[in-house]
Amino acid sequence: MSRRPFIPKVVTANRLIEGDVVYLAADDRWVVSLKEAEIYEDEAVAEARLLDASRQTETVVGVYLADVTPGPDGPEPVHFREAFRASGPTNYAHGKAHEVL
Amino acid sequence: MYQYDEFDTAFLAERNAQFRAQVERRLDGSLTEDEFKPLRLMNGVYLQLHAYMLRVAIPYGTLSADQMRVLAELAERWDKGYGHFTTRQNIQYNWPKLRDIPDMLDRLAEVGMHAIQTSGNTIRNVTADHFAGAAADELVDPRPYAELLRQWSTDHPEFQFLPRKFKIAVSGSPNDRAVTKAHDIGLVATERDGETGFEVLVGGGLGRTPMVGKTIRDFLPLADLLPYCEAIVSVYNRLGRRDNKYKARIKITVHENGLDEMRAQVEARFAELRAQFDGRDMDALDRIRKQFALPPFRASSPLPDRLDPALQGWLEANVTPHKRADHAIVTISIKAHGQTPGDATADQMRLMADLAERYGYGELRISHEQNVILPHVRRADLPAIYARLNKAGLGTANVGLASDIIACPGMDYCALATARSIPVAQGLAVALQPLEREIGALKIKISGCINACGHHHVGHIGILGLDRAGVENYQITLGGDGTETMTIGERAGPGFAYDQIVPAVERLVRAYLKLRRDTDETFLAAYRRLGAAPFKAALYPEEKAHAA
Repeated sequence: MSRRPFIPKVVTANRLIEGDVVYLAADDRWVVSLKEAEIYEDEAVAEARLLDASRQTETVVGVYLADVTPGPDGPEPVHFREAFRASGPTNYAHGKAHEVL
Repeated sequence: MYQYDEFDTAFLAERNAQFRAQVERRLDGSLTEDEFKPLRLMNGVYLQLHAYMLRVAIPYGTLSADQMRVLAELAERWDKGYGHFTTRQNIQYNWPKLRDIPDMLDRLAEVGMHAIQTSGNTIRNVTADHFAGAAADELVDPRPYAELLRQWSTDHPEFQFLPRKFKIAVSGSPNDRAVTKAHDIGLVATERDGETGFEVLVGGGLGRTPMVGKTIRDFLPLADLLPYCEAIVSVYNRLGRRDNKYKARIKITVHENGLDEMRAQVEARFAELRAQFDGRDMDALDRIRKQFALPPFRASSPLPDRLDPALQGWLEANVTPHKRADHAIVTISIKAHGQTPGDATADQMRLMADLAERYGYGELRISHEQNVILPHVRRADLPAIYARLNKAGLGTANVGLASDIIACPGMDYCALATARSIPVAQGLAVALQPLEREIGALKIKISGCINACGHHHVGHIGILGLDRAGVENYQITLGGDGTETMTIGERAGPGFAYDQIVPAVERLVRAYLKLRRDTDETFLAAYRRLGAAPFKAALYPEEKAHAA
């Protein structure tokens, strides 16, 4: 039985204090822009980074792996939920897309 | 309105201090997220898609002008300058920071408000008819009973870990504006042999398994309210399923055990409990009732015969008869075309507070339809109120019309959502605005997931947003009704893509305009007369063509 190909991932979470959506960067910083997130194309690496990130319980909550597609400017969301998380709500121009990206 | 006494104030101060310490322990690492999560939820703090969310209870939708001003202050000091009024008569703040929430709760406590039991498997904020105390058709003001239930259920030690959340709604009128049949317990005032009491409904609910509440007692004397409700919740606490959260609400308990068995167990428990309620509950009710005395109404002259057409349109849509002929009930639409349903800015909240103070005896209400009510207004003051509302973007004359849409926060905010609701509501309101006067009474309700916070099952046109293979998809239900003649809408057929849902609903309402017998026949009446077929033909014209 053939195994489904691994979909590239990023590690994402919400900041403990602010609740903001953040992503794990290659230098271990939590960044607000999906474009700056480290992308994992190897499943074992992704799982290891997830484990590391999950231990940072005083910084972030709700850590998980999100599917992405590598793009010219960095990772791009696969699912529309992740697209909204990355850019903020669509009903006001006050989401993080309008503040920081 | 109910004023907190020393006990209430001390209880809230203690609870807030407790939560402040819990937040500090979470931030310094003494509490893990798993330990902290149930504690924050008990205090109305969710973690949503983009931020924390604080849900503040507005008991039975009743607010004073001072309380509304504090809600505005919270929006401005600790959020992004607005709040979202919900379908459970609460307000939600979408952007608070965790470390600020204890300060927000302390500020709320200063005006007798809190966020306790706005989440978790407890008895939630008790809701009521938003015209309570003012409606011309009211048998009894439901608010004292709702307040008694609030006091009884708050921090009730037996009911902090129910199988699932539990919602109670109270209507003092036979015309149900409180959606009582979609609640775990619905209480509807009724009369028998000259005595007022409640018809008690049980097991209603929307969500993934919508059910219409069933009558478990056709007449409950007012004096038996607490022991009977306690008996219902007690039996549910014992029988309710804890093995499957999707089967844990009382509607499933009633369905699986049968209404007769449920009634027998409730009556048996009631017989035990009744003796324990030794009259102190009725003493409390007497004290509460005194706080809901009607305001000192001032007589009003009638409106002039000739009015500005815009004002006339607003009076027709947004003003309801009051129990006093020289007063009126004003519904302030929080549904400006193209705006987010239920969202009010801090400035708008302050204006509504000012109007309540100047013209409305200091009272406001929040409706489950996400609008704000001035329940007692002298008719002569209506033009001045409209002028000030209109200047602040609150003069939209669309209450009960196609653009007065209920919409949950959906995937723009909610972590549970499977699709967006708000932009669909915005798009529909703009698209239907030119037609809505011609269409007349129409209730469109949108939920962004199967949990149905947007009450889509009981919309004349209901819209449910789903995730279909990674794409937003919207199912339409038709013929729903949330009133005393409650009906669950029927699914029309396959769903529509995000960019197709607004045109689909437009086709539907244009078909209705052609199908209706006359201008007095509402969408719901036409649907009931004609059935689904002609409406489905409008929604799915290609299938009609193929069939031909």
